[in-house]
Amino acid sequence: MNPEIVRVLGYIVAIIAFVALNAAMLVWMERKVAGHIQRRIGPKEVGPFGLLQSFADGIKLMTKQLIVPEGADVPLFKVAPMLVMIPAVMCFVTIPFSEQLAARNINVGLLLIFAIASINVFALLLGGWASHNKYAVISAARAVSQNVAYEIPMLITAITVVMFTGTMNLNEIVMGQAGGFWHWNILPIAKNVGMVVLMPVSFLIFFICSMAETNRAPFDLGEAESELVAGFHTEYAGMGFGLFFLGEYANVFIGCSLAVILFLGGWQCPFGLFPGVHWFLLKVYFLIFVVMWARWTFPRTTFYGLLNLSWKILIPVSLFNLVLTGAFIKVF
Amino acid sequence: MGGYFKEIFDGAHSLVAGMGVTLKYLFQPVVTEQYPHVAPTMPDRFRGHIELVASEETGGTLCIVCGMCQKACPSGCITVAGEKVEGVKGKVLTKYELDFTKCSLCGICVESCNPGAITFSKDYNLAGLRKEAFIYDLKKRLEERKR
Repeated sequence: MNPEIVRVLGYIVAIIAFVALNAAMLVWMERKVAGHIQRRIGPKEVGPFGLLQSFADGIKLMTKQLIVPEGADVPLFKVAPMLVMIPAVMCFVTIPFSEQLAARNINVGLLLIFAIASINVFALLLGGWASHNKYAVISAARAVSQNVAYEIPMLITAITVVMFTGTMNLNEIVMGQAGGFWHWNILPIAKNVGMVVLMPVSFLIFFICSMAETNRAPFDLGEAESELVAGFHTEYAGMGFGLFFLGEYANVFIGCSLAVILFLGGWQCPFGLFPGVHWFLLKVYFLIFVVMWARWTFPRTTFYGLLNLSWKILIPVSLFNLVLTGAFIKVF
Repeated sequence: MGGYFKEIFDGAHSLVAGMGVTLKYLFQPVVTEQYPHVAPTMPDRFRGHIELVASEETGGTLCIVCGMCQKACPSGCITVAGEKVEGVKGKVLTKYELDFTKCSLCGICVESCNPGAITFSKDYNLAGLRKEAFIYDLKKRLEERKR
């Protein structure tokens, strides 16, 4: 058999397994973090420390019937959950877990991830529209306007990083940050003193935007369970809902891993020792913990607050940041 | 323009302060009671259904069958009966029945009891399949406790 086909198949299986396992563990982690922040215990009955809870939930979801509501647009209704899952899985293709461990090292990796990840919004819109449910439609409209608003500052900050690193190849971006945390893009003391002020701002904007892009609290207006039942997946039962859920957690992972690759040195060790996949996962899961921590700290923003934050603060600041970055790269 | 930046910095500061609060809570011990696994201890003033007090000397009841509790009960859920026994001063309790289906745990019976023969129990695991399960024979319960 052609070794290339084996390699591709191996990566596909590994990525899908990773996405599923990652979602299961993140649900567990989310519930534990939520519990302890509220001084509860969280899941503890199923398996040691409740570790098997998500698997039990998964089995339950898979045994449920996929009910199609009356008046729904059947083909779209069935396609939408898959459309959430496909870009989430595809994004993993370019993410370098370590120097050797990347499904495909593409020169425009960063661009590819942004291009594919934006299909996610389309899937939410389709799912909400096809459900034939007023809450789902409202939620879909919200999700789209939110994603449009936050895609802009996110891309602008990504440009600042690309200007600084001079490449869109994620592997090369990480390689450029080798040798200790003072080489990382978030605080590049060793490379460009001027950027020390700007890069933390870029990181913050990028992180906030990735939180909003993945519809995580406090920007979870798309789901807003207190107003919109469950938002765009109100009408989905069983694994239809399960796929939306898997997709959300996969997107959280992708958002955090992008932040790690662009700013926190990817798989590089903070002290220049033993770089590898463990450092990458450690940093990503720390960022995911921060995302969860934020979710269980802040209440949901109002819709106006959300759009104001983007259009009045994040976009002007990121544009200003972009101009200054260009100037600093030239000067220093 | 100054107000614009002030709003951003004040907002950011309050967000960070909020994160600090939740981080502190994250590492504080949990307060969940693991109820079916660990039985909670009831506070001293917990009001369960009433129970006959066991005498410290004899282990029997302190009840003198005066019937004050029966009269005082606004819901009429207490039935007391006694009889004269040869050689014993006063009456001897033969029956003390509590219909817990009607009891509102007001505690007037406990207050009205002169010899202090009844008190609130600490029972909270009260569940039954039929109404009759909640008609307690307190005299029998006292004897069971003695054993």
